[in-house]
Formats: sequence, C-alpha cells, structure tokens
Amino acid sequence: MSDLEPVIGVEIHVQLSTRTKMFCGCAPSFGDAPNTHTCPVCLAHPGVLPVVNGEAVRRALIIGLALGCEIAPRSIFHRKNYFYPDLPKAYQISQFDIPICGRGEFTAIREDGSELKVGITRAHLEEDAAKLTHGGGRRAGADGSVVDFNRGGTPLVEIVTEPDLRSAADTAIFLRQLRQTLLFLGVSDCSMEEGSMRADANVSVRPVGSQTLGVKTELKNMNSFRFLERGVEAEIARQREIIASGGHVQQETVHYEPDTGHITSLRSKEESHDYRYFPEPDLVPVAPDPAWVEQLRTEQPELPIPLRRRLVDEMGLTQEDAEVITGSPELVAYFMEAAGLADPKSCANWIRGELRAQLRELGQEPWESNVTPAHVAALVGLLAEGTVSVPAAKEVLAGVIETGDDPATVVEARGLGQMDAGDLSAIIAEIVNANPDQAQQLRDGKDKVMGFFVGQTMKRTGGRAEPQAVQALVRAAVLGE
Amino acid sequence: MGLRDLTATEQIAELAAGRVSSLELVDAHLDAIARDDVEAFLAVDAEGARARAREIDALPERPPLGGIPLGVKDALSTRDIVTTSGSKMLEGFRPVYTATCVARLEQAGAVVVGKTNMDEFAMGSSTENSAYKNTLNPWDHDRVPGGSSGGSAAAVSAREVPWSLGSDTGGSIRQPAALCGIVGMKPTYGAISRYGLIAFASSLDQVGPFARTVADAALLLKHMVGRDPMDSTSLEWPAPIDVPMATDLAGLRIGVVEELMGEGIDPGVKAAVEVALVKAEALGATIVPVNLPTALSGLATYYVLAPAECSANLSRFDGIRYGPSAEADNLLDQYEVTRGRLFGPEVKRRIMLGTFALASGYYDQYYGRAQRVRTLIVREFAQAFEGVDVLASPTSPTVAFPIGDRTADPYAMYLADVCTIPASLAGLPAISIPCGLSDGLPVGLQLAGPAFSENRLLDTAHALEQVIAFDTRPPGLAT
Repeated sequence: MSDLEPVIGVEIHVQLSTRTKMFCGCAPSFGDAPNTHTCPVCLAHPGVLPVVNGEAVRRALIIGLALGCEIAPRSIFHRKNYFYPDLPKAYQISQFDIPICGRGEFTAIREDGSELKVGITRAHLEEDAAKLTHGGGRRAGADGSVVDFNRGGTPLVEIVTEPDLRSAADTAIFLRQLRQTLLFLGVSDCSMEEGSMRADANVSVRPVGSQTLGVKTELKNMNSFRFLERGVEAEIARQREIIASGGHVQQETVHYEPDTGHITSLRSKEESHDYRYFPEPDLVPVAPDPAWVEQLRTEQPELPIPLRRRLVDEMGLTQEDAEVITGSPELVAYFMEAAGLADPKSCANWIRGELRAQLRELGQEPWESNVTPAHVAALVGLLAEGTVSVPAAKEVLAGVIETGDDPATVVEARGLGQMDAGDLSAIIAEIVNANPDQAQQLRDGKDKVMGFFVGQTMKRTGGRAEPQAVQALVRAAVLGE
Repeated sequence: MGLRDLTATEQIAELAAGRVSSLELVDAHLDAIARDDVEAFLAVDAEGARARAREIDALPERPPLGGIPLGVKDALSTRDIVTTSGSKMLEGFRPVYTATCVARLEQAGAVVVGKTNMDEFAMGSSTENSAYKNTLNPWDHDRVPGGSSGGSAAAVSAREVPWSLGSDTGGSIRQPAALCGIVGMKPTYGAISRYGLIAFASSLDQVGPFARTVADAALLLKHMVGRDPMDSTSLEWPAPIDVPMATDLAGLRIGVVEELMGEGIDPGVKAAVEVALVKAEALGATIVPVNLPTALSGLATYYVLAPAECSANLSRFDGIRYGPSAEADNLLDQYEVTRGRLFGPEVKRRIMLGTFALASGYYDQYYGRAQRVRTLIVREFAQAFEGVDVLASPTSPTVAFPIGDRTADPYAMYLADVCTIPASLAGLPAISIPCGLSDGLPVGLQLAGPAFSENRLLDTAHALEQVIAFDTRPPGLAT
C-alpha cells in the first residue's frame, strides 16, 4: 500500500465580544447567574423578531478583510431548523449560500520561517446556542438537563477553511496564529477555555498523490490547542490503522479524551438532520456600503504575521523575538514605542527577557507596570553609553518597577553608575595581588579561573562593573595583554 | 341610535364635544361584549379597559383617538392579557410585552377591551379552526364570519367595538371583512410593524384595520404605520395616511382582473361587484379589463410558501419555556406529545406540508419553484399598474358559507382566499369594502394598488362607499 497523507480542514467558531447579542439588546455574558441576560427575543417568545447587530456585521467584515476574503455586496441570513432545548426558536439564524465573507487565504509562519498557506472557504455570521448542562455524564442517561439562555444569541463568526492542512502540528500553528490575528483585530476574547473560540477539525487520510478526499470524521469541540493537536494526531493514527487493516473509515463525529488519549465516537453522521435551510424572512439582506468596507480596510491594524516579518527584516529581531513581541497587541504597541527611541533589538531583548521575568513575579504585564516604553529606551541608552553595567541595569530596572522613577534617577539615587576605569584597574590590581595562586592558574591557561576574578570584582564594586571590561583588565594585570 | 351605532370618527367627535366620556363609551361596548352574541371574543379585559378609560378621561387634553374601544386579534401580543393565537398551545399565556402596533394605538388613545377569536395561528378562512369556539356571522348566525380574523370582523359588524385589528397573510382581514359587510384593509408589506404579531408566514403577514367606514379604517391605519426598530422589515413611511375626502374618481383608471371574475365566482357576488364598477364609472373612473395570468397560480404558490415559513415559525412551541406542557420521560416525547396534543389538525397539516416543501431534495421543486412564481406575480402586478391605478375584483368568491360546510374539505376552504392571495404574495395594499348583498349576505369589493398607494386606495374606497351607501348594520342585531 502507498503512503497515506492526512488532509485536515477546520471550522472555527469565534464569539464576538460585542456589547449586545446578535439579534437583541441583551448583553452576552460569561459566568453570570443563569438566565439573567435574556429578553423575549432571545427566549423566542411568540411574536418577537430578530434585528441584526450592526457592530457584529462590522466585526465580521473586519475578520473577512483580515483573512483576505471577498466581501459579499449583499448577503442574506437563513434559518437552520432543528429541535433542541438550547435553541429556543428551534432554528438557528445563520448564513447559508451567500455568506458575508467569501473566499480568502491566511498565511501562517512555521517556526523555521516557512509559510503555511491555508485557504479560507468562508466566514459567516450566526447566533450561538444556549448552554445546556446535563444532570449526569454525557447526553445518554442524564438525570435531567438545565438550560442557561445567557449565551443564547451571542454573535458568532464561523470561519471555515479549505482542507489545506497536512499535519496536526500545522493545524495547531494555523489556529494559534489565526487566534493571534483575531486578538489583534479586537473582535473577540478568543478564549478556548471559556468557549469564546471553538475549533472543530475535519480529518481524513488518502494515498499520497491522490487528488480525491478520503472519508472524513469531525473532531469536535477541543478546549485547548494542545488537546486539539493531540486529538488530530490520534485521529490520523486511528484512520491509518483502520485503512492499514483493510477497513473503511466511517463518516462520524468523534471526540478526543485527553485523559486516555482515546478517540470515541459521538454520533454517526447517518443520523444527521435535514436542516431545511431557507431564507430568513424576518431579516433584510446585509448590504454594506462599499465605501464603508474600504474605510474598514484602510483602518485595519498591522496584523501579527506581516508585522513579524517586518520586525525580523527591518528591525533586526530574531524569529523568536518577533514571535514573543507579537504575542499581544498591547506588547506590540509597547515595543514599538520603545523601539522608536532606542535600538530595537536591544529593546526587544530587555522587554522579552529581564522586564517580563521581573514582572512575572508581580503578575503584571509590561504595559500595566511602572515601566514605560520610554524607561526601557532610556535604560538601553544608559547601557549603550556605558553608564551602567548589565548587572547594574537589572537593578536599575527593579528600581524603576518599584518607584516609577526614570532610570537615570534610579542610577543616581542608588549609586549604580559604572565605575571609573582607573578606579576599577586599581581594585583589580589589588585582587590579583591578593590571590597569586589564581593568577598563576590563569597564566597556565586555565581560563575557568577568570570567573573567580570577575566574581571578586563584582563583590568589591557592588555590581557596578561591566563583566567584559573586568575580564580585559584582569588579563591586562595578570598577562600584561 | 345608541353609542355603539356611532362610527369611530363620530365617537371621537362626541368625546371631543364633551357629550360622552371614554368610560361611558367603553362601558356601552363592554355590555355588548359581555353578551357577545356572535362569540367574537376570547378574552375581555373589562377592568383594564375601564381603568384606562378613566385615565384618559382625566387627561387635560384628549389623545387623538379619544379613548374609544378597540378589539385586538388574539394573534397580537398584549402584555398581561391572555394571548393564545387561537391555540391550546398558548392556553392561559400572558405575554410580557405588547405588540408595537397595539402600543402605538394605545399611545394615541385607543382602549383595548379584549382579544378576538381567530383560526388557530391564523390558519383558516372561517375561524372554525379556533381551538376554543366558533364565531358566528352577525348577518346569519348559522354561517361563518370568514377568517382567520373572524372574531375581529364579527365584533365590528355586531357593533361590540367600533373598530379592531386583524392580521392578513393570504386574505385574513379582507375576506372576513367581506363576509361580515365591513371595511378591512391589508396595507403594503412593511407598513405596520410585525413586532408582537405571532407569526404564521413572516414574508406575508401584515396587521391591518377593521372598521365600518373607510375613514375609520384610515384613521386607525394612520396611527400604526411607520418604521419600528424592532422589525427589520418595517418601512419608513413616505407620507402620512390622510383621512379620505374624495367624492369623485375623475381620471382614475380601474383595472378589473378578468381571472378573478370568471369561473368559481358566485354569480351573485360577480353581479354586486359589477354594479359597484358601474357606480365607479359614474364617478368618473375609467374601467378597463386587465389580465394577471399567473394570479390563479397564487393559491398553489401560497400553499407552499406559507406552510414552509409556518413550519419553522411554529417550531418554538415546545412546551419548555411557556405555555402548557405534556409530561414526558424524555426530550423526544416532550416534543411529540406536547405538539401532538396541543396543535389542531389544520396547523399540523400545514406544518407537515411546509416541512416537506423544505426537505432536502424537494426544496427546488417546491419552495424554490414557488418563490419563482411569486416573483412572476410581482412582475405581473407591476405591469398591470403601468396601465391602471387600481385593480378591482371580488374579495371572496362566495358570500359567507354555513358553519361546518367546508371543514371536511381543506381545499374547498383554501379556495376562499383565491382572490386575496395574489396581492399578499406581491406585498401590495388591498382593501375590501362592502358593495352590496347576494342572497341577503354581504359581498366585498377588493381594491388593490401599488406599494405605498394607501392614500389613493382609501380615497377610491371612500368615494365608492358614499355612492354604494351600504348599510353595515346586520338585520336583527340587538341594540
């Protein structure tokens, strides 16, 4: 048998963090007392009508533009009919054959810097279902179920990709970077744990070189990227095994059990509903003014993937620096401000390294702390001028975190300025004279002993010496270099 | 002549002149409603109505509608007043909000006295599909008042209220108005907010007025039209509705729809309509024959589209969040037993028709095709209105039929709407006015116009009304 390659496409549900629900004036909520954010409309009382949330339309357009989608000049809503207690109207208002955002493409970047292009089939608007809690276990055999309508009617954008992914690892990279992009757009909280971002993966395998798709299964509702990656991995392995043993993959919905690593079947697609889609007569078509769409296009913030490239190509950062800095829109803004005032690479080093390390203990992010981007730039400047040593700079930073004073003030107040070269030479000469054995070792070529001299010097100077300068002076004193 | 014999406009004038109070008017009508000889009402809010009348009487200035009584079809949501849409599915249900159109009328000084009987979820043409009772035609208690807004029509005809609200999906205002000898109007789709109207078929449903004069109908309409932020399909209304004053029809071109004057139309009905057209000609109108070749396919089109929409609209009735609920051990039984017991046979028939029409594999053949025919009908109307201002036809092919006559034959019942359905499918305004009698029973003349032509339709109907001089008082009506 020829080699099998996995083929993966994903469907991502993104809850929009709008002030009101998709079709009524209730505030969407997470974690509030059940059924406190409801009204006749989202409870589907007799006679109520939906009204489209304009902000949700705006955010769907922003997402579509960021994903390079064709924006439909006129899209319509459909009713998707099925009975379930989490769906009070017994139909979900969704989009069917004319979604607001059509074909697009998203390019992610792998760790090695290579591009991962994923076709976007569509992105459409719809409403979320309510939250059901079953009395015991999964559906079957539950004692009773309760429903919380707070979530019901929350605006969702469903993004559907082409089956362009070929590994579990790529799937996770794509989803992480898509999430990062959505966060930059400010459209959603994108929390997998809270369910404001949910991803399902359609997985199949086929012989390498084949153009037809194998039978797919749908891996449902993973609540973390890590589990999703493992789940896809496990499902690929399961399908390979089935085919290797001469069997056929069944089209079905499957679930990954993180505890056991096993794939279990949820329901067979054969039982799937006929949703009887038809155009929603209670709503008029969404026809965004082309001028508005253009305005949204021009107002788009710089997105993490192109930004990452710019940080590496134009600002001299490493891929790793760029990945860390583009971790959140706030961090980007913080970095950019500092990088405008001092060497970008040094700023990136200090921000992603020492600053974040020191703040982690306080549970703070850089932009929430006493340290302004200007402080970071000033500190980088002091180092570059040789006013402070690296170890002293770390202390300066601690001082800024503590007081909010600018670095020069902290240096002054705490006497952390670099030692005068003459004073330093005198101290080193004293140390060399006091330790003849170690000086001899250095002359014998045992470089390890250099650490001893640097350590002694730092002790004597209270960290105000630059280690590299110390090494040079020690060599000069001992070896006459 | 008693207070109840006054038209709404006359009652408002009496109030303005200080010769009567709102409370007296409301009481006079509540007395008649208490007897309710024609079984028009499902719920009466006597206490609420009296309280509201007292409030209005105490106001320094009377609101435009003065404080006169209003009957409201039970398909319209009224806060704290039981609203069932004629179904056991909503028995005892007290809504938490009031429909926009009712709220606007209350704001303008209308006093809601109660909720009127109707075919269950507005599905029917005789009000016999009400889960509660039959309403009787005030002209002959052995006959139906028409439907689905039969209670609202009978209540106005029997002078239990001066005016009322109905809803019209395929003829549910115009046909009962015709059968009860009163005025009923379905405005342009989108004229009146549907927020609070319990949906039957959303793309067709429109609220409209019943009254005994065209002027009264215009006045009620005037206070309801216009955009409502709660209904995306409601329209910004271009110009206010005027109270009609026209006395002649000079220059008006009236097209007579030939397809609706032929086979299947009772000779007596046809004759009364023709007499009315002669009178129109005498007022200066030009009468020309017009063809709407697809109009007769309207019935079939309607019976695909309306059930399709209703099959989804009625899915929310599952006994979980409101309304009565069946005891069941599991979810599927909960749905099946609740819906199986509480929906009546006609509602079930239409849900099944609609579910089938939308089913995967049948969608194009039924729903898709019906939409295309609907588009064709819209175009035919547009073409017709290039040559004429108003289209005329009978409202109903027959006069009121005996109770029980058509209940065993759904198709015969569906034929009652053959003349009214085309304008519904095209979303056009249409009014029915009484134009004479056939076998002692009222005949309705339907006038339809292009979208937003309400003012011209009302003027035409008003001018004709003056020369037809139909006596809306049913014979033998108790005073």
